[in-house]
Amino acid sequence: MFLAPAAVLLLVFFMHPTLQTIWWSFHGGIGLEPSRFVGADNYVRLLTGDPLFLNLEVWPPSGALVNNLLWLALFTLSPLGLGLSIAVLADGVRYERTLKAVIFLPMVISATAASVIFRFVYSPDPTIGILNAVLGALFPWLEPVPWLGRRSVVNFALIGAAVWIWTGLATTVLSAAYKALDREVLEAANVDGAGPWRTFWRVALPMLAGPIAFVAIALVINGLKMLELVLVMTAGGPRGASRIIGFTVYWEMFNNSRAGYGSAVAVVMLLLLVPVIAVQLRRVGREER
Amino acid sequence: MATVETRKISKFYTHEQAAVDGIDLFIPEGEFIVFLGPSGCGKTTLLRMIAGLEHPTAGDVLIDDRVVTALAPRDRNIAMVFQSYALYPHMSVFDNIAFPLRARQFAKAEIPGKVRWAAEMFGIARFLERKPRELSGGERQRVALARALVREPQVFLLDEPLSNLDAKLRTSARDELQQFQRRIGTTTIYVTHDQVEAMGLGDRVVVLSQGKVRQVGKPLEVYDEPADTFVAGFLGSPPMNLIDRGSAILGFRPEHFLPIEARETGNDAVRFTFRVTRVEYLGADRLVYGMLEGGAGEAKVLSRLPSTVPLPVQLGERHEFVIGRRDLKFFDRQTGLRTAPIPL
Repeated sequence: MFLAPAAVLLLVFFMHPTLQTIWWSFHGGIGLEPSRFVGADNYVRLLTGDPLFLNLEVWPPSGALVNNLLWLALFTLSPLGLGLSIAVLADGVRYERTLKAVIFLPMVISATAASVIFRFVYSPDPTIGILNAVLGALFPWLEPVPWLGRRSVVNFALIGAAVWIWTGLATTVLSAAYKALDREVLEAANVDGAGPWRTFWRVALPMLAGPIAFVAIALVINGLKMLELVLVMTAGGPRGASRIIGFTVYWEMFNNSRAGYGSAVAVVMLLLLVPVIAVQLRRVGREER
Repeated sequence: MATVETRKISKFYTHEQAAVDGIDLFIPEGEFIVFLGPSGCGKTTLLRMIAGLEHPTAGDVLIDDRVVTALAPRDRNIAMVFQSYALYPHMSVFDNIAFPLRARQFAKAEIPGKVRWAAEMFGIARFLERKPRELSGGERQRVALARALVREPQVFLLDEPLSNLDAKLRTSARDELQQFQRRIGTTTIYVTHDQVEAMGLGDRVVVLSQGKVRQVGKPLEVYDEPADTFVAGFLGSPPMNLIDRGSAILGFRPEHFLPIEARETGNDAVRFTFRVTRVEYLGADRLVYGMLEGGAGEAKVLSRLPSTVPLPVQLGERHEFVIGRRDLKFFDRQTGLRTAPIPL
């Protein structure tokens, strides 16, 4: 009875769109309402006939799926590593609050605004792009790099911007968790003969496993869903080199008006998210016990 | 084994208030010494400075005649048992006990034997595979002790290690702790606010208040011959009666204040007229509350009578009570320090 409102909301706003997306993914046609039933054609084309999504003909393989794997690796590990380092190193330092506020700041501005900022940062014109300006000042022989216009660096540039945004979350969560650690346990390690390094790796880090897993899962999910940064900064370019799954869903549906094909990409994204969600549910279940 | 010494050691958290104020102590090899005082008296801060977990504002710590003030805790060869036990929650009991050995680069082959030896010392060998959260409070305390013991440190520091145990367990743990210390003979510093623990465990007791040492002595000395009114009022339950007598404060223990019939009277006894207002039965003893009359006005005092001594007086009545002359202590009114007896 008391679950009814939640159940209705879940059905209307979650189950229905999910099922509809799966249903649409078996359809073709142009427009926002796909018309023609095409069976598994969308999936076959997506995985074998769409070099912008998955191209195994070249080495290294390319396409949105491969780009997204790069995102998952770097976009998950970098904020975690940076956030943890800042949380531990800044702990108890005089300017800790200011520092953390500055690092958290990108989290509160919209991803679109952040994207615009980073288009300026990455601009190949050194009078606009601060990154090229700094590099030019340090290494005068370097040519300005078109960060968003070169296939080999565009994904790293986008991930860099995303890391800048999300390190704030990682720092905030991990710093709070680090402060909540039982000080006496860390002191006991010191008395027991452990140096700072051993204390961190053998005592503090294992005790932070829960919050680290939480941040990692949040990052994985956001890395798989990522859209705005790519849309605003490169629109998937140059020549599709910076496409990722979330962007492809949007682009196929709303730019190419291929709702069926876009739905198929969305279903692939869902399938990739399922194991992550399963891990998270298991973890939550374990913590509640 | 080692000696421990503090020289004029102080800790100021703010400019006005000293947590520890210029304490000089010498602890000989193998002694079991107890820091006793109310909460906030500086006893834990003093212990943490000896451990190296707090840096003194002034003064030095010496272990075995070597100044260790600048050394990190891990370089002092001490072991500490924390009030919360501070076990590593993600490690098994075995790994907890092995941690100090691994941190000190003991040979791998040596570790299991040493862990087993320490675990058997405290009867926890069958829990080695368990995690701390699967253990009871008493078992955790033993793991913490085993972890402290395993590498045979020079000095043991114990910060209220029994305070998280229930009363019954505490009594047996106290007994075990003392036997264990006698057996290994390691210099031990024990911090507590519980005077029963202090009296029962310590070779000597250091009574602290407001960052200063009030008295150092054997348990009986600090109990029988308190150095000042603070020690007199802090030790004993109920504490010493302290009554105003002009320029001095007169102190006597409730158990020394007895009805005239219960004591051989002679030249060495001082008589008082006592009006009984209330009697509390505590099983083995009775606490008799009342007013001391005559002389320099009334004063509230209390007497503690063993249940074997009859109480020959009704509520509201007056009766002659006596105190042995030797059991009367005198304190200076201004400083609170012990003074020579004055005529009453």
